[in-house]
Amino acid sequence: MGLERKDLLTIAALTAEQIQLILTTAESLKEVGGRDIKKVPALRGKTVVNLFFEPSTRTRTSFELAAKRLSADVINFSPSTSSMVKGETLVDTARNIEAMQADIIVLRHPSPGAAENLARSVKSSVINAGDGWHEHPTQALLDVFTIKEKKGRISGLMVVIVGDIAHSRVARSNILALTKLGAEVRVVAPPTMIPIGLEHFGVTVFYNLDEALIGADVIIMLRLQRERLGQALLPSLREYAKLFCLTPERLKLAKQDAIVMHPGPLNRGVEISPSVADSKVAVILDQVTNGVSVRMALMYLLSGSGERSTLNE
Amino acid sequence: MNTSPRPHERLLMDGQEMSRTLTRISHEILERNKGIEGLALVGIRTGGVFLAQRLAARIQQIEKRDVPLGELDITLYRDDLSIRKDQPEIRKTTIPFHISNLKIVLVDDVLFTGRTIRAALDGLMDLGRPAEIQLAVLVDRGHRQLPIRANYVGKSIPTAREENVQVFFEELGQDDRVSILTP
Repeated sequence: MGLERKDLLTIAALTAEQIQLILTTAESLKEVGGRDIKKVPALRGKTVVNLFFEPSTRTRTSFELAAKRLSADVINFSPSTSSMVKGETLVDTARNIEAMQADIIVLRHPSPGAAENLARSVKSSVINAGDGWHEHPTQALLDVFTIKEKKGRISGLMVVIVGDIAHSRVARSNILALTKLGAEVRVVAPPTMIPIGLEHFGVTVFYNLDEALIGADVIIMLRLQRERLGQALLPSLREYAKLFCLTPERLKLAKQDAIVMHPGPLNRGVEISPSVADSKVAVILDQVTNGVSVRMALMYLLSGSGERSTLNE
Repeated sequence: MNTSPRPHERLLMDGQEMSRTLTRISHEILERNKGIEGLALVGIRTGGVFLAQRLAARIQQIEKRDVPLGELDITLYRDDLSIRKDQPEIRKTTIPFHISNLKIVLVDDVLFTGRTIRAALDGLMDLGRPAEIQLAVLVDRGHRQLPIRANYVGKSIPTAREENVQVFFEELGQDDRVSILTP
């Protein structure tokens, strides 16, 4: 049983069953990371190209490690050292990469829809590693995987997402994944960071963090994207921290066994206090570990798509 | 439970014979290895795991000691992964002990082309360096494509290439038996 898709572009396009298949496969593959020899031959002879148009050490490394653990050949490609600086388009670049027999292209791009555009133009499988403010499906998948691992289920849990919901691809993908799997989702942020009509996605909107945290099973803190926002949406960082920083006192409002998540990198003292980030309730490093397993699962499942000859054993 | 085989099913081994066969294999394993010192059983998912569990239970009855038991999924080591149209589901490998320096008895239900065992050997070698690997199978149906031979064989059954030998397990809600299924 495969994913029966060529690409993974959005959580929106996945069914709950497909998400469950990715999670189950990732669960089985996690065992590989615990071995002395962290490598299996499943993607031997396949080529994975990491095409990153935005800086990202964490996600790119996670994809690279996932591909290498499955024995694929990996090429890391960054636009600053490529013909992109000479004016080549994304599709032309990707077609050249495809001509080098790339099986999977992992794309991070600042423009929403870039991954979908690319997927339509190439035969290789495309995995969206974040496209602008649109989606970051693998982050959402590793988040739900981590929640399921820690809580044993997703359905019926109360998940609170805190921060700039309007400009966060992580929030968008997480809302879609969590609601599809039956979680109750609350979002909380200053009004300038909540998109209009968000209620239609089946979430409850709060503007006060203390109120939103009451009874929470899972708290997902988003990084305040200072490099993108400037000061346009906030009077000051200090005020944001005062109202929306997850402190040990605020954490007490959530359930006693609540877990705290963060996609990283952390702005310590802005959205999360150092004492919470370093406490036992924070599962931030588990998210990083699980990211590799989830990306392995995706690469394995996508590699089973497309035209293949029938086995004649 | 219904014990009669289905119309297109030819019975090769019933539940009683399966049970007696497993008891014999348990004794053979103990005799060959002079007890269970340094011994561990690893079943290949899915049928091999049920058989390994039953062998472990019999060995426990005889020796009054538990033998370490693991479950191996060989999907990631298959040699046809890149050419298969239907992608196999990955299940868990659970081997809760270090296999290095142990004598591992690999257990599977049917020995056919030998490709599954080749994959299992690769999988085991990635987990450590066993002192020795032995192979126990319930049925050897021939048609080997690789030079692989079992140390313990429940029953050798001559079959046609296109026939399908299937082992049914109580653990899966079926009557224990081995049958040839013809299309």
